[in-house]
Amino acid sequence: MSAPAIEVRGLRRVFRVRQGLFASPREVVAVDDVSFSVPAGSVLGVVGESGCGKSTLARLILGLLEPSAGDVLVDGQRLGGMDRRARARLIQPVFQDPFASLNPKRRIRDIVAMPLIAQGDVARADIDRRVGEALDRVGLSREQGTRFPAQLSGGQRQRVAIARALVLRPRIVVCDEPTSALDVSVQAQILNLLAELRRDLGLTYLFISHNLAVVEHIASEVAVMYLGRIVERSESERLFAAPRHPYTRALLASVLTPEPGLGVPDVGLGDTMPDPANIPPGCRFHPRCPVAIAKCSTEAPRPTADAAGLVECHLA
Amino acid sequence: MSALLEVADLRVTIGSTAAVRGASLTVNKGETHCLVGESGCGKSITALSVMGLLPRGAVRETTALRFAGEEIGRYGERQMERLRGDRMAMIFQEPMTSLNPAYTVGSQMTEVLRRHRGTPRAQAVDRAAELLARVGITAPGLRLGQYPHQLSGGLRQRVMIAMALMCDPELLIADEPTTALDVTVQAQILRLLAGLQKDLGLGILLITHDLGVVARVADRVSVMYAGEVVESAPTAALFAAPEHPYTRGLLTCVPVPGKVKRDEPLGSIPGVVPRIQPGFAGCGFRDRCAQANAACAGTIPRREAAAGHEVLCTLPPGWGGAAAA
Ligand SMILES: Nc1ncnc2c1ncn2[C@@H]1O[C@H](COP(=O)(O)OP(=O)(O)OP(=O)(O)O)[C@@H](O)[C@H]1O
Ligand SMILES: Nc1ncnc2c1ncn2[C@@H]1O[C@H](COP(=O)(O)OP(=O)(O)OP(=O)(O)O)[C@@H](O)[C@H]1O
Ligand code: SF4
Ligand code: SF4
Ligand SMILES: [Mg+2]
Ligand SMILES: [Mg+2]
Repeated sequence: MSAPAIEVRGLRRVFRVRQGLFASPREVVAVDDVSFSVPAGSVLGVVGESGCGKSTLARLILGLLEPSAGDVLVDGQRLGGMDRRARARLIQPVFQDPFASLNPKRRIRDIVAMPLIAQGDVARADIDRRVGEALDRVGLSREQGTRFPAQLSGGQRQRVAIARALVLRPRIVVCDEPTSALDVSVQAQILNLLAELRRDLGLTYLFISHNLAVVEHIASEVAVMYLGRIVERSESERLFAAPRHPYTRALLASVLTPEPGLGVPDVGLGDTMPDPANIPPGCRFHPRCPVAIAKCSTEAPRPTADAAGLVECHLA
Repeated sequence: MSALLEVADLRVTIGSTAAVRGASLTVNKGETHCLVGESGCGKSITALSVMGLLPRGAVRETTALRFAGEEIGRYGERQMERLRGDRMAMIFQEPMTSLNPAYTVGSQMTEVLRRHRGTPRAQAVDRAAELLARVGITAPGLRLGQYPHQLSGGLRQRVMIAMALMCDPELLIADEPTTALDVTVQAQILRLLAGLQKDLGLGILLITHDLGVVARVADRVSVMYAGEVVESAPTAALFAAPEHPYTRGLLTCVPVPGKVKRDEPLGSIPGVVPRIQPGFAGCGFRDRCAQANAACAGTIPRREAAAGHEVLCTLPPGWGGAAAA
């Protein structure tokens, strides 16, 4: 078997944040001892609430952030020692806000050409040809390539970001909330495009979203994060049909499908909000967990893994 | 049921944008009416028109704008000020724009009651604490002393709701009240609104672009597209038998767990929402509509597909046989 497209081992990232001028800095453990691997050609969806560490995980895997501990392997190679240009040929990002991530002063075709130019050894004619191909792939015309980001709609801008990610023909694309800023009709266009590209080009995705319906649609496997840890990971069908972690169950219960008459479910979490700078002892979910038992507040559950995934709960 | 809010043929122009182009809607007492549609279709501008809070330079026309039976279309700013926050309240799309960062939650909440009712401070504080508890905040005393930036997004949104309820409004307009929140918090806030409505008999105009939210909380739905209400129906009817090509398209775009298989394409509507200038004629959806025909450039008839189910389209009700969605 070939190496997994992505493998992370014991990955941890701590931020030091100062909350007031005179307060001593506090530590935020944004990603806390996370390990998993993503087989080539598959899609790992990552879900979880705001602040649980999804984007930090994405940036660690992209090599945009240094881990505090642990390793990231991309296509079997350690990210740590890898040359920037080699890394760019392997793995590329698509971020949430297509406007913030595109330089407003550059034309679309120049934005898409940037990764090729940064390689330093691609001939001008090749650059033009490959930019043209990438624009075609995402459904943008050559004429649109001459425009500036402000002259495109949100969905078209996200296509530009995808074209830029594809122009080096990477194996892996890390998508961090790629459709969250888009309207539903445009979201559908972009999801269909991403699915088609994956099939045609054999790409591997790490796909981050807080929209579970979107993740269910695109991901073959799903990891659920809570305050920096993956508390459940399993094949997509199984996770949605038979969630094992109480937090996963609450997340699924909160999904409001467009089915009239069902009302809004009681997810049973109370109003305590998770605070990444103040992770509770024991199971980090216990202050909100509707089925917590006595030892949950003192003893952290260990992950139990089987062939189909992992869950981290005393009751699972 | 009696009409609490009636908006007839609302038109709003802001500079070279025809933001709302003849929208009509009614919110009954004790009813949730959802206004749904894509970014820029005019949902917020419709809400702000009702509240008399349109941006500078906006021009508003209506044939009727009635609140609790009274025509408020020609109210001056002083009269509107008396209504706002009292008998009609609004929760804004961005909570930080309506919470003042310089004042504590407590002083902002009590100020509303003191201004409208002249309620003594101690009593107003009690009322604020009571409402914070009611919206599910566990330590109201503590929260009253805090500043908005010290609260999480979910707490801020609860504070906004509590503040909107200070004077027992009859009408609550909520503009995307849960869009910025996590799904678990969204579910909690929506349950809360539903509970309050049942207890207090509020009429709610809820603005959202999330069809899941609409399906679960609305009694009636109006779908907006490019400044017009293109379809309006009781919720069950809208989802079971959508008529307008845009509504039908929209319903196929939403991934529904278990409905569309992985890697099978979702339905989608090609193209993008157009920017409509004053003087535009015909159907605003026609450059994206697979059913467009010559008549679509003319005046579009408003038809009744069933009792209380109105559609703005040239196609006959029930076109194409069974509903596509
Ligand atoms: N550069 C940074 N400096 C300090 N703290 C940070 C930094 N980046 C992230 N954090 C903190 O790390 C935690 C995880 O943040 P992250 O952005 O990874 O969450 P997320 O799951 O992507 O959330 P969202 O859904 O809101 O995007 C948060 O508490 C965040 O405040
Ligand atoms: N202050 C303003 N000045 C000029 N144009 C505006 C202003 N506010 C809104 N518009 C325009 O009016 C139209 C309707 O905007 P509105 O804010 O009502 O949309 P919306 O349906 O609420 O969208 P969203 O889902 O993005 O909140 C848009 O074309 C918008 O660009
Ligand atoms: S370990 Fe305990 S608190 Fe944590 S999820 Fe399981 S039951 Fe809930
Ligand atoms: S009026 Fe014409 S263009 Fe508009 S939605 Fe109906 S069929 Fe389509
Ligand atoms: Mg993020
Ligand atoms: Mg709006």
